[in-house]
Parts: sequence; structure tokens; C-alpha cells
Amino acid sequence: MSEIIILADVNNNELKESTSEVVTAALSLGNNPIVVVPGTSPEAAANIAANYEGVGSVIALQSDCFATYDSAAWAEAIASVSPPGHLLTSSTSRGKELAARLAASRNATVVQDVIEIEGNTISHPIYSGKAHEKLALSGPSVMTIRSNVFKSAGSGGSATITNVNSSSDLRTTLKEMVAKASEKLDVSEADIIISGGRGMGTPENFEKLYRVANILGAAVGASRAAVDTWEEIPHSMQVGQTGKTVNPSLYIAVGISGAIQHLAGMRTSKYIVAINKDGTAPIFRHADYGIIATWEEALPLLEQELGSLLG
Amino acid sequence: MVEIVVLVKQVPDTNAKIEIKDGRADLSMIKWITSPYDEYALEVALQHKEAVGGSVTALTLGPARCDKTLKDAKALGVDKIARVDVSEGYIDSFSVQSMLAEACRNLGAEVVYCGKAAADTNAGSTGPGVAQKLGWASIANVTKIVFGDNTLELMQPAPEGQAKVGVDLPALITCDKGMGEPRRANVKGIMMAKRAVVDLIDVGSFEGNTSVLEHTSPPQKPPGKSYEGSEHVPEVVKLLRDEANVI
Repeated sequence: MSEIIILADVNNNELKESTSEVVTAALSLGNNPIVVVPGTSPEAAANIAANYEGVGSVIALQSDCFATYDSAAWAEAIASVSPPGHLLTSSTSRGKELAARLAASRNATVVQDVIEIEGNTISHPIYSGKAHEKLALSGPSVMTIRSNVFKSAGSGGSATITNVNSSSDLRTTLKEMVAKASEKLDVSEADIIISGGRGMGTPENFEKLYRVANILGAAVGASRAAVDTWEEIPHSMQVGQTGKTVNPSLYIAVGISGAIQHLAGMRTSKYIVAINKDGTAPIFRHADYGIIATWEEALPLLEQELGSLLG
Repeated sequence: MVEIVVLVKQVPDTNAKIEIKDGRADLSMIKWITSPYDEYALEVALQHKEAVGGSVTALTLGPARCDKTLKDAKALGVDKIARVDVSEGYIDSFSVQSMLAEACRNLGAEVVYCGKAAADTNAGSTGPGVAQKLGWASIANVTKIVFGDNTLELMQPAPEGQAKVGVDLPALITCDKGMGEPRRANVKGIMMAKRAVVDLIDVGSFEGNTSVLEHTSPPQKPPGKSYEGSEHVPEVVKLLRDEANVI
């Protein structure tokens, strides 16, 4: 009998909300999925997972190997408790890496960034979202589910929890954790992103974007042109085909013309606002709300309006 | 002396527009390039050889058109170039992982480098999958490497910031931007590459469990609203709240 297994997205014993979207995706493949919750003390996260509506059972997988991230050790521990069948997890960078490893160990195919499931056909973006690929599954697979696509599962479930202890040897050693320079939100984690392009003129002007971002709780991103031009704008901020692919609820592009390369990284945003002084910029063809204006005029007004609305 | 293998992939130019014809992406007019992150992997592999000595093989999987990517790698200074020959079209990730792992085994690889994801699929499945098939450690999205004797020290992103991680070889490393600009080929390298012979590696065939039904263009959004002049900012902010419900 083939099961449906969900690998919960857990960091430091804390269950990530994206797991509940994976539950919804799993339920479209079959009933009573098994959620595997890894951690050094996974009990609390397992309780939350057991509460998601539709979950069949939960395996609280305790292992010391989950204290630091080691893909080989994690995959070994997770594989040891996962029965045959489809396995799903969140499409985060760790999720994608573990999915690739688990697929290899299960001799299954891995499909990343799934956005649609209908019976045995699944869809995912290729060419950075410039096309979608619909695949037929003819056997068990491993897939990662793109965030903000499937609804969150409801609560009110009461799945049984089984505790399992496991040990696997670490293959890497964590020598040092260098904390982030600031508490700046990363574009890949943000629900609202405001990005600047070379049209911002100087890297110092990104400060104006941060002021708006602070009001919205948004992350600040950048186009490749901005990252390539200014050393002060790090690659970690780059949205686009050779940067990060993002899928926020709201994406505000400021002084970005909208090269194909950039569009590939943000076109699936739910709402796109473009601010650019050039009315013919390609970004306007993809914007839900386009404002033809210089950022010097528009950003202070945006800050003021959002401030009075949300501040 | 370390046996280094770099996995490289030929992909459509990242600036290319992808048209759909008869339910498939039409790649007939596409310009092919080496996947950008693989260029970082090539650079790191060459640096590794320069630091500790050894031999670098650039390995790809694909039809004969991919020899161009291998010759470009040869021009940069890799020692050997090798290809797993497959025909044009969709190859399931299970087959790709299995074939490349087998080829790495044949080449006697002790360390494998590849880009963090290929620019066509953006999946990042091949590196970790090959590591799993080989029974190796893998470290993904690496931005900095210090080469030791049979060990590596690497920086990779973590939810808390950046993790400095040590690993003993054998290991597979997927490379992100950040390790310095990839070198460019010189004339001598390009001349040498012209005469280079691609080693064809036969690893048998594998069958995965997915097949392509169709490719489609992503759904087009209805045309948006356009406003001329910054005086419309307050109106747009209201629409974001009341119409879009995103703030």
C-alpha cells in the first residue's frame, strides 16, 4: 500500500507555516497523509502538525543530527521512517535539496516547485516561469510545493503522533555561524517586496526603499543591473533568473525597466506595482498598477500614504 | 592530487523568449549557453586544482550540441571533457541523477562541483541527487571555499545567516555567485579547445516515472491600470488596500 508522506518544514524545532500548504497539496493526491516532523525535540512542532485538518498521522522524528543542517544525515534519518509512496515538502532551498536526495534514495523522480496537482498530473514552472510543464506521474515521486499557491490546511485535526528516535552520522562540521549583518528581511521569505533598479541612480537612494519597506514589513530587492553596477547592493538581494525567484503577494518595482531576466524572477507575484519615469518600460505590461513618475516624486508620497494608512 | 569533476549543462540563453509550439517549448531558434552558475563551478574547480594539484574533468549530459559547452570549458583550462550521450528531449530527474552519478564513478571523482541550479529548470535537483547516489556529503549554494588537503571549508547560507562548514572529501558542492568572476578563455586556450576530443561515456539507461504531457505559456494577466504622474500614488495605495487586499 502506497502512502503519502509530508516532510514538515522545520527549523530549530519550529514548524514553518508553509507545511500547512503542503498538507493541502498532499490531500489532492490522497487521504490521510503521514507528516514526518524532524527535530532535536520535535514534540511541539508535531502537535501543531497533528492539528492540521486531514492529516492521517504524525511521526515526531527525534535525532541529534537535526541540531545543525547536514543534508546527507538529514536525508538518511528522514528516509529511515518514510514508507514508500509520494513524498512532498516545501519548496525552500533546504526542502529542494532534501527532496533531491530523498528521491535519489527512493529511486523516484523529483519535481521541484509544483504549482498544480490534478490526479496524477502535476505542473511546475520551467525556464524561470517563462513556460509551465505538465507532467504525468506513473509511479511514486518526490515533489516540492511552491509557497503561496496552495491554501493553508484548516485546523481541528487530531492525528496520532508516534515518537521515533534515530541517529545518523554527520558528514559535515559546522565551524561557525556568522549572523546576518542586520535584521533585514530576505526577499525569498517576504510576502511584500519593494525592489530598486539602476533607475535609483545611486546605491544610497535604496534607503528610500527601506523606509517604505519598514512601514510595510517588506523586504528590499534589486534588479541584476543594480547588483552588477553597485558593490553596495549584494547579490542576495537580486530578484531574477540568475538571482532569486520570488512569489510575494505584492511586488513593487521602482526604477526597474523589466528585462525578461527580471520578469522571470517575479512575474508570478500576486500583485505588481511599477513606478518608472519611462512610460514605455516593459515592466508596465506586467503591472497591475503602473505609475509613470520619477521615484523622487513617487516614493515620498508612497511613504506618507502608507504611513498614515498603516503607521 | 585530487580528481575533480565539474557538472556543466547547456541551457537556452537566459534572455531568450520561450515560445510554445504544438504543446512544447520551441527551442529550434534558441541560442545555447553554459548555465551561468556552472561557470562559477568551473572557476572553483580550476581554483581547486591550482591550490592542491590534480585533474579537472568537465562532464555534461546531453546531445552532441552540448560539445560546445564542453569545448568552452576546455578553453578555460580543464584537463578532460566528457559527455553522457542522450537524445534531444525530456529526461526525467531520476535518470539524470543516476547517469551522472555513474559517470562520476567511472571518472574516479573525489570531488564534484556544479552550479546551484541549471538556468532552464531552476530545480537544483541534480547536485544533491548525484551526491546521494554516490553516498557522499553535499553542500549547497556555496559562496566561498578554502581548499585544504583532502578537506574543504565552505560558506553557505543558513536561516540564521551564513554557516562556515567543514567537510572531508569525497563531497559534492553546488556553487552560487560570489566566488569571484569566472575567468575568460585566452586565445591559446581557444585554439587548444578546437582540437580537444570529447570522451563519450556509456552508463546504460535508466527509466524514470514522469513524462511530459504538455508545455504551456504562463497565464497572462489582464491589463493593469496605468496612471500618469505621482499625484496618483494615494489612489493606488487605496486600491492596494481595498481592491487587491494586499496591505
